[in-house]
Amino acid sequence: MTARIEALPRTRSGSLLLGAFGVLCALTLWQLAPTLGLVDGDNLPGAVPVLGELFSLAGTSAFWDAVASTLAGAGVGLAIAVVLGVWFGVLMGSSKVAWHALRPTVEFLRPVPGVALIPVAILLFGPSMKSDVLLVAFGCVWVMLVQTLYGVRAVDEVALQTARSYGLTRADRIRFVQLPSALPYIATGLRIASAIALIVAVTAELVAGNDGLGKSISLAQSVGQTEEMYALIVASGILGIVVHLLFGGLEKRFLHWHQSQRVGAER
Amino acid sequence: MLEVVGLSKSYGTGAKVTRAIERLDFAVEEHEFVGIVGPSGAGKTTLLKCIAGLLAPTDGQTLLRGVPVTAPPPELAVVFQDYSRSLFPWLSVRRNVELPLRRKQEVADKGRAAAEALGAVGLAGFEDHYPWQLSGGMQQRVAIARALAYQPRVLLMDEPFASVDAQTRAELEDLVLRVREQFGVTIVLVTHDIDEAVYMSDRVVVLSRPPSTVQEILTVELPSPRDQVESKALPEFVSLRARVYETIMQPAAKVAG
Amino acid sequence: MSRMHLSRGRLGWLTLEVGATALIVALLWLYTDTNESYAVAPLGDVLDAFRATWLFEHVGSDVVPSLVRMTLGYGAAIVIGVVVGFGLGSSPVLAAIAAPVVSFLRSIPAAALLPPAIVLFGIGGGTKVAVIAFVCCWPIMLNTSDGVRELDSTMLATARVYGIRGIDRLRMVVLPAVAPRIFAGMRTSLSIAILLLVTSEMIASTNGIGYFVFQAQQQFAVDDMWAGVLLLGLLGFGLNLLFGVIERRVLRWNVRGDGSN
Repeated sequence: MTARIEALPRTRSGSLLLGAFGVLCALTLWQLAPTLGLVDGDNLPGAVPVLGELFSLAGTSAFWDAVASTLAGAGVGLAIAVVLGVWFGVLMGSSKVAWHALRPTVEFLRPVPGVALIPVAILLFGPSMKSDVLLVAFGCVWVMLVQTLYGVRAVDEVALQTARSYGLTRADRIRFVQLPSALPYIATGLRIASAIALIVAVTAELVAGNDGLGKSISLAQSVGQTEEMYALIVASGILGIVVHLLFGGLEKRFLHWHQSQRVGAER
Repeated sequence: MLEVVGLSKSYGTGAKVTRAIERLDFAVEEHEFVGIVGPSGAGKTTLLKCIAGLLAPTDGQTLLRGVPVTAPPPELAVVFQDYSRSLFPWLSVRRNVELPLRRKQEVADKGRAAAEALGAVGLAGFEDHYPWQLSGGMQQRVAIARALAYQPRVLLMDEPFASVDAQTRAELEDLVLRVREQFGVTIVLVTHDIDEAVYMSDRVVVLSRPPSTVQEILTVELPSPRDQVESKALPEFVSLRARVYETIMQPAAKVAG
Repeated sequence: MSRMHLSRGRLGWLTLEVGATALIVALLWLYTDTNESYAVAPLGDVLDAFRATWLFEHVGSDVVPSLVRMTLGYGAAIVIGVVVGFGLGSSPVLAAIAAPVVSFLRSIPAAALLPPAIVLFGIGGGTKVAVIAFVCCWPIMLNTSDGVRELDSTMLATARVYGIRGIDRLRMVVLPAVAPRIFAGMRTSLSIAILLLVTSEMIASTNGIGYFVFQAQQQFAVDDMWAGVLLLGLLGFGLNLLFGVIERRVLRWNVRGDGSN
């Protein structure tokens, strides 16, 4: 019996079975805590009412509007970050002058917490999607820049010399040699940045009050709709998983032909 | 000293069972040097792990001075092929050698034991280096020094020179033969290199293709101390080498059953 | 300045680094000085405000509480993450059971947990500590568990052969081997911790740097707001720097001789 259980994680279906068991345990625990009075049911309702609330929320357009707003803010901000990050990454990766000129500025700005700019965003744009976009773009651009930079730097010298010996121009070398080989790195950057984008977007909505899941959560809290608040949080977690799977899958597609060049395998 | 009795090991169960080694029998005398060779894929490493007590055999057992081995015995040390994964990269050379001695009561002066072993392998002066600062051959010397400092009665070596270049390999072979005299240790060496097995051993155990059985046990009667050039030029060496080669190449059917 | 000239040596590159950065700051100064927007404050005024506020009047009242909260929450996250990560890493069955739940919990955008935390625990300092600990422990836990699962079999066999067990095995073999992964998780968690700290102080606090910046914005004290943003920037920069120093010290052996880290 024990040996049987120990063999389970080795197969995909076995892992799924164990995972399902884990989810079931967590949900039971969550339901039992308020039912048995371990926590105040008004402050932390059980799994059943919260998931029920989530089901009924999923039938309202207000919920989907909030999801769409969050995704739009995160998406546009991420897109801007990708364009800027890749552009500057290629520039700094292929030109020594640009690298040295911009390095100190980038090194200083990179660890600056994006949420520090929330008051600035509010002041500039008020509670609007523009705030989301600004904060997400700032939060994500550095990961994209650094990953692209590593990717361009890690280009195979032989490939580059081959390109040079065939007389490819600098622009062509970037386009046909350096960018393609940097793609796995950019894909990894995209996976990390997508998670940051969602976090920053929800945070901005929560604090600045622009439309989206974050605002809905804080609204539900302020009017005492505890079940709705938890349902929205569960929804945001599911959204996080979907985004992670999406960009994780994208990264895998790029990595499979470049397995040797895995950086950022950490999670 | 060391007896391998009816030792078998198979992986998996039912239809997917893979039999790596099957009913191996041989004995190693005190102070003897036994080489184990076999075609690639023969369960050489499996056998060594079973002897070391790192792997539980499916059937049969290993006796170390009459006592069955169920876990790595304290009077036994192992030198692995992959020194980069067997040495601890976060410890200096000295600390790598000293770490196994921490709980070893028999070794009174641990610092001295380590220094002696490092001296014996020619690494005096490198005590404070980290493994990654040394060449592959030097790293394997550290692993050998660690084994020697542990003062084992039996030293098991699993393809210890397979990851170093040919020149270093010859140097390390002679080094092991030298320290064997100096420390009076019994050695079991697993290798796929027939020359190496014949050159270094007192006896050579030849394994068949899997499921591996003992094909033949040959006594090597070459004069000691051995020499890379002279010993290998002796007609006895040449004929022994040919004999081992032929034995490995012949089908296993003869011995099975 | 031609490229040929600069490529002569490190000094040239250093000059370029300093010069270009000075130019960027100067341009920023000029821009903020001439810009009429109410959201932009002249850099000189911001620096004055910074000196007046943060050197060192509000350090005790706002910076210290912020740092204490972060240290406690982050420290708790490290302990929980490493301990539970070790448990999950050493049991494939436990890891498979926990996997979906853990990946769900870590996928919740961190700040979304602040409202329920306030409902549950109120707006005291303990709430922020608890939320930081809760959110920051997942990346550390996942990385630790991966690290333990991927422990090298030859390394473990070596430890067994040489009778290295118990506390020695943990301290001298397992922990150092997993340390690079633990640090990778800690690095991810550090930025989350800073994010949460600032956010929590903005929405539910009576002191702290985040609170100060948010208040300044609400009162349109633009100089003060930018000064606070600058401080948060410096804080993020400083904490990352400190983290890098500690990481390099602890993982000194992990820096290979070939110059790649």
